[in-house]
This record gives sequence, structure tokens and C-alpha cells, in this order.
Amino acid sequence: MLRIPGSSPNDPGILRARRRYGERVVIGILFCCAALSVAVTVGIVLSLIPPTLEFFREVDIFAFLTGTDWAPLFVPAKFGVLPIVMGTIVVTICAISVAVPFGLGTAIYLSEYARPRVRKLLKPLIELLAGIPTVIYGYFALKFISPFVQNLWPVGDSPGVFNALSAGLVMGIMILPMVASLSEDALSAVPHGLREGAYALGSSKFEVSTRVSVPAALSGIVAAFVLAVSRAVGETMIVLIAAGGTPNMSLNPGEAMQTMTAFIAAAGTGDLPQGSTGYKTIFAVGSLLFVATFMMNVFSNRIVLKYREVYE
Amino acid sequence: MSLLAPDVDSVVRLPQQSVRRRVSDRAFLIVLVISFGLALAGLVALLWYVFDTGLPAFGPRLWRRFPSLNPAISGARSAVFGTLWVLAVTASLAVPIGIGAAVYLEEFAPADKWYTRWIALNIQNLAGVPSIVYGIFGLAFIARGPIDLGPVVLTGGIILALLVLPIVIIASREAIRAVPESIRHGSFALGATRLQTVRRQVLPAAVPGIATGVILALSRAIGEAAPLIMIGAFTYVPFNPTGLDSKFTVLPIQIFDWIGRPQEGFTQLAAAACILLLAILLAMNAIAIWLRNRYQQRW
Amino acid sequence: MVNRETPDLMEADATRSLRTPVIVLTRGVETEALSNVGEADDPQTVFSVRGLDVHYGPTIAVAGIDLDIPARQITALIGPSGCGKSTFLRCFNRTNDLIPGAKVSGSVLYHGLDLYGPQIDPVEVRRRIGMVFQKPNPFPKSIYDNVAFGPRVNGQRKGLDEVVEHALTRAALWDEVKDKLKKSGLALSGGQQQRLCIARALAVNPDVVLMDEPCSALDPIATSRIEDLMVELKRDYTIVIVTHNMQQAARVSDGTAFFTAEVRDSGDRVGVLVEYDQTETIFTAPSDSRTEGYITGRFG
Repeated sequence: MLRIPGSSPNDPGILRARRRYGERVVIGILFCCAALSVAVTVGIVLSLIPPTLEFFREVDIFAFLTGTDWAPLFVPAKFGVLPIVMGTIVVTICAISVAVPFGLGTAIYLSEYARPRVRKLLKPLIELLAGIPTVIYGYFALKFISPFVQNLWPVGDSPGVFNALSAGLVMGIMILPMVASLSEDALSAVPHGLREGAYALGSSKFEVSTRVSVPAALSGIVAAFVLAVSRAVGETMIVLIAAGGTPNMSLNPGEAMQTMTAFIAAAGTGDLPQGSTGYKTIFAVGSLLFVATFMMNVFSNRIVLKYREVYE
Repeated sequence: MSLLAPDVDSVVRLPQQSVRRRVSDRAFLIVLVISFGLALAGLVALLWYVFDTGLPAFGPRLWRRFPSLNPAISGARSAVFGTLWVLAVTASLAVPIGIGAAVYLEEFAPADKWYTRWIALNIQNLAGVPSIVYGIFGLAFIARGPIDLGPVVLTGGIILALLVLPIVIIASREAIRAVPESIRHGSFALGATRLQTVRRQVLPAAVPGIATGVILALSRAIGEAAPLIMIGAFTYVPFNPTGLDSKFTVLPIQIFDWIGRPQEGFTQLAAAACILLLAILLAMNAIAIWLRNRYQQRW
Repeated sequence: MVNRETPDLMEADATRSLRTPVIVLTRGVETEALSNVGEADDPQTVFSVRGLDVHYGPTIAVAGIDLDIPARQITALIGPSGCGKSTFLRCFNRTNDLIPGAKVSGSVLYHGLDLYGPQIDPVEVRRRIGMVFQKPNPFPKSIYDNVAFGPRVNGQRKGLDEVVEHALTRAALWDEVKDKLKKSGLALSGGQQQRLCIARALAVNPDVVLMDEPCSALDPIATSRIEDLMVELKRDYTIVIVTHNMQQAARVSDGTAFFTAEVRDSGDRVGVLVEYDQTETIFTAPSDSRTEGYITGRFG
């Protein structure tokens, strides 16, 4: 017997393309899953734009963006967004000045100095920080850090219980793991040969780290920085709990401040009547927040893609 | 002698240089260890403070008693059950959709097409959208607006599912990518179609990685309060959910509520609820780590 | 032989025979196109390759190959690295399709059917033409599931135990693993893993088994076991093997095709077939000086 499977080997039917409709249906469903993410983005944009446009029909956009008086839910209402933008900026600066230097230091330590076994032990600890819910950070900021800030405040009047600094510092600790892990990714993407070349020239670890590794990973570190800013700008619960609820056109981090996110959340808890100008304010501020963070994310993702292309 | 002179000189100077170098090197290391130590100190201080404050109030009443205006008899039963309900909805939406999207992008999407790159980039960017913006979306589209479900379990579950979807997708893609190409080729060579290969070889091999990512995503969902506040879940709910259309509260919202109350008893309760939340998260992470170590495949 | 055919397959045979008229028609067209190629109609010829080119994106990897592969023999493809022999081998079961940017032109006739014809389903092709890879690639599953995977994806549910035992026996692995079928395939030694991969390929009852340097990752003892196995298998299967090991080709193969890389004017390195002959002839009296140079170790 000739050992050929099927019937006549010359039968093209045995190799003829099957339609496999079931398979196509499944692939179609999988495509829909992937496309859903696009739908979410579209949905977010669609949920923001119409109420925002309506809002600007009632409030002058120029007055909104340059006004220094923010009291949208009072009578008479004031719609100058700058105080809550300022609050966001102050808290973000506090957070970044903790997260970026210390996060970067942690990353350099882990990638350049720590032995593999030590790194394996320490990394999960840092990651643990990233997994703590923000509401717990808020609690920690208000009840633990704020008293310290009040007691140790060096100049002028001691801050109140609610202040931007405590919220910002704790937010910095919250964002630190993200900065550390993104920077470490960037550092470990630097080819080993580059470092070895520098060591061969007699450089110390310090010199290799600061003059070779960090400059080579700079674009990735910048990406981490931008993403950290975006995270700080978008964080809600810590500022809602610890920074206070009063819009404040001030640069003094010892004062109570309201950020854009805290305003949105506070207005959201208020059960505003749909269609009121106050309700639309949520969307106007939300649009501002979305545009700002989205631009930062796109920018930072661009950078990460670029350096990956260079080194991989 | 004159030829040797520079040599002698460098021999003499070399140790000096290396001392200065060693000092700068050592100082730098100290700076690095301090930055690392700050992160650790933050973690330790936070845990210590929460446990120190909360342990006296921690006990079974947290999950046995409903919230009350009297801190002495108040618990978080409705929040615990609300968390479980919302988490179940979130998981049952985000896990299949997220894995489906990851499978499509890794195994079926034509890599050279604009829409593939667009979808992947979009997912990256969605991962960075602030959670409160998801809350606004939920408020405008799902709680009110066209879908109009109200501030119920289903709404909360959907919002959190959309929020963690990018995390599930990104983690699953990485797990799928880690399955070596030789496994796929071996499967194709036996006459398996791409879908059969994915279902019977790639996905089973990627399960540990996917499960780890899913658990991390769900632990993110479990700690979220802001988007749920936006959809109107920040209300007094002294009962357990009875279905997808029940009003609900969750642990983070309960904690937020207690933090805002002036009585000392509620501050303690808030810390106790933080301990409970941390314990749940720790258990989930322990499962993730166990899964990773138990089933991780070395290729 | 007969007891290996499952009832499912026999049923399938019956339905296929109903399509005969269509088949004759299609085949007529193809023979016409190939009337100048004498051997293509020979029932002893499994593959008949004519004017085959393989491109990877803009670069050409293999060009102008004409070759017939006889049934139930071992055909060895040898040549220096980079000569395109593995690329050529992958054309036989359309695994080149899986590499992005790869494009195959020319014809590969399988029993007279063009494998790259518009009607042909690469999945169906791979069900009949098995492949064993350079590095053993057992699935991260039990030994049993490794072997049963092929029949399962082909829709077989019953009689898997017999198929698994038979395939493992044919691959000379049964005695070593029969007590640990539930153990992971990855727990086996390299040589055992490769025999497992061969058993896996045999379990789908293929017509041809392609082997891409199957022993390059193995030690000499494991290699000689696989070589014995190949010789044993050629009674039932057509085997095409790529090897960089000339002694291996000399030991096991009946026919040998020698490939080399030519540098074109454009600077591209292109794989070409230098000559094909009986293995003995290739190794004792090659007609091309390049073959002789390679065989005697002057380059490669």
C-alpha cells in the first residue's frame, strides 16, 4: 500500500482552503476587544466636549482662562480657573521635587550599584509603594505628615491642618516608584558595552553613572519626569483629603489649596443638577485636565518609543 | 633617570587621585542609598502609622456591622460587600476584553497597518488618563446621560473595568510576547491554525504572566475612589448590594467618608479599614507572586 | 498500516472521492503547464520544484531552484551556512508564510499540486507535511499532550492513546517514557526532546517529514539515535533533511542536494542549488568543482 494520506494524492481537495467561518468570527470579536479602547477614548472626548462648549456659551473663555477668582458654585458665581490651576501647579511641584530626585537616585542605585540579589529583594518593596491605594496616602498625609509640616514650618504663620505641602510630599512618595521603575528601564536599556568602555578608561562607578549611564538614558528619564508630572496633575484623592477645599491664588505651599481634580471630585459629590452651569463647570475643568495630561502622556510615550528604537 | 621621573611621579600621585575618587564615589553611593531609604522610610512610616492607629479598632465588626453615626458600633460591612460586587463586575468585563485585545494585537493584528499602531498607542495613552476623568465619563455617559444606569454596582464595575483595561492589555501583551516563537512554529507545523495555536499553546503558556497582570490591575481597581465618587457613589449606604442595580459603597469611599468626620473614633475606624484594604491587597499580591514563581516557564 | 488509519479519515476519503471530476480538470491544467518537465508525473516523486525564488522584503534569499524529491527516501540538503537551505526547506510546508515579508515565487508541486496555488490552504499543507526544528521545541505540556496535540487540532478525539503509543514507538521513545507520559516534555533530555518532536510530527500521520538540522543541538549519542531513526522511518515517510554535517548526510541520505551562496553583481548573497545527485556520487564524484571544494573541506 502506498503510504499517502487521504485519498488520491492528486486530489486538490485535500489541500483546498477551508473557509473556517468560526475562526473569522472569533478574530472579529478579538478585534472588537482591541477596538473598544479606541471607543473609550472617543467616549471620553465625546462626554467632555458638548458640556464644555455649552459652558463656554455661558462663560467667556478668556475670562475663564485668565480669571483669578474661582467660585463657580456660589452666588454670584465666579469662573476664573487660575486659582485651581495654581493649586495644581503648587502641589505638583512639591510632589515632583520629592519623586524625581529620589526616584532617580533609587533607579541609579538599583541599576548601577545594587547586586542582582539585593535588587531582587528591594524592588518588590518599592513596587509595594505603588500598590497602596491613594485614599490611604491621603489619610497618611492629613493625619501623619500634616502635623509634622505644621510643627516644623520655618517661617511665618504655621500652616493649617490642610495644606498643599503635606499633600504634595505624600504624592511625591506615591509617584516615586513610577519614576524609579521607568528610569531604571531606561538605564538598563543602555548597552553594557558603553559602561564597560568607560570602566576600561579607568572611570569610577560614580563617573560611569553620572557621565555615561544617565546621559545615555536621559530621554527615558525625561519621559519618566513628564509622566510623573502627568500623574501628579491627575491625582485626586490625596489632594481632596489633605490639601483643603479652598481655591487659593497663592504660591505658598503652606496654605490650603484646591486643585483641578479636587474641585471636580468635590463638585461631583455635591449632586449638582444636570444642565446647570455648575454641572457644566465639571466638564470644562475636566477638559482642561484631560488635554493637559493627555499631551504629557503622548509626549512621554513618544520619547520612550524613540529610545527603544535606538537601543533595541 | 630623567626617563623614569614621570613614572615615579604618577606612581606617587595615583593613590591621591584614587582617594578623592573613592570619596566622591562613596558620597554618591550614600546619596543613592538615602534616596532609596526615603522611599522605604515612607513605606514604613505609612504602614506603622496606619497599623498603630487602626489596630485598636480593627476587628470582625468591620465586616459584620453596617456603618452608623456612632463610631463605637460602626462597621464597613456594606463597603466590604460593595467592593466584592464591584470587583466581580470589573473582573468579568476587564479580564476577557483585555486578554482578547492583547491576543488580537499580538497574534492577529497586521503589524504594518496604521490602525494597529493607532490602537496600541491609544491604549498606552489611556493608561495615563487620570482616574477622575474616567469618573466624568462615567457620570456623563453611564450613570446619567445616554445609558442612565444611576450610581449602581454595574456603573461602578464598568467604570473601573475601563480604567484598568489598559493595564490588563499591556500586561497580557507582554506575557503573550514572552512565549517563544518556536512554540508557535511547532504548533503550525502540526497543522494547527493560528487560532488553535493561540488557544491551545500560546494562552496556556502565557497564563502565569496574564494572571499576574490581572491581579495587579484588580488591586488598582480595588483602591480607586475618585471615579466612583464622580458617579455618585459617595452616599450613606447601610445595606449590602443585592444585585447589579443596587446602590453601593466601597472600602476606599468608606475610608474617605470616615476621614472627613471630626470624631476621633472615626479616624481610628478609617485606619482600621485601611488595614483591611491593605490586607486584601497584600493577599492579592501574594497570590500574584505565588503564581509567578509557581508557574513561570523558563525557556 | 491499515490499523493506523482512523475511522474519521476513512470517512473523509469517501467524501473526497466524490469530488474526482473537479480534480481531474484541475490536474489537467497543471500537467499541461508542466509538460516539459518529465519527472513531475512520476508517482515516485513527492515534490517537484521549478524556478523557485524566495524573497525577504527587498532582498532575494534563494533563487532559481529546480529539484525533485523522491518518495520514501532521505534527501539531504547540504551547503555552507547562509546558502538558503533552511529557507528552501521551509517552502515545502509553507512555514515561510509565517515570516513577515517573505515571498515565494515559482512552483512547488506536491504530487503534482502547486502548494502555492490560489486554492491551497497552508494549514492543510502543514497537516500533511510535518516538520522537525533545529532546536527541540516541545510544548510546555505533558509528553502525552505533546504527541496528542496534532491529532487533537485535526479533530480527533478517540483512540488518542493508541496514536500516542504508536507515534512514540515509531520515534523510538516509547520505552523510555511510557511510565511518565504525564511528565512535562521539557523535563526530557535534549535528544529525547527531539525524538518527542519527531513523534509529535508522526502522530498526525504525515506524508513527508521535513527536518531542519535536527541534530545540531544534540550530543553524538543522541545524534546517532536520531540518525538510526531516520533510516528506519524512510520506509514509510519521505524525509527531507537540512544538515551542516556532511558525515550525517553521507550516513543517512539517499540523495543529496548541494547549495551554495553566490554573490550577485548587486552585492546580494543569494542561495542557489549547485547540484543534486545520489549521495554516493555527490561524495565521491561530484560534477561541480564547488561541490568538491566543499566536500573536501576547502571552503564552508
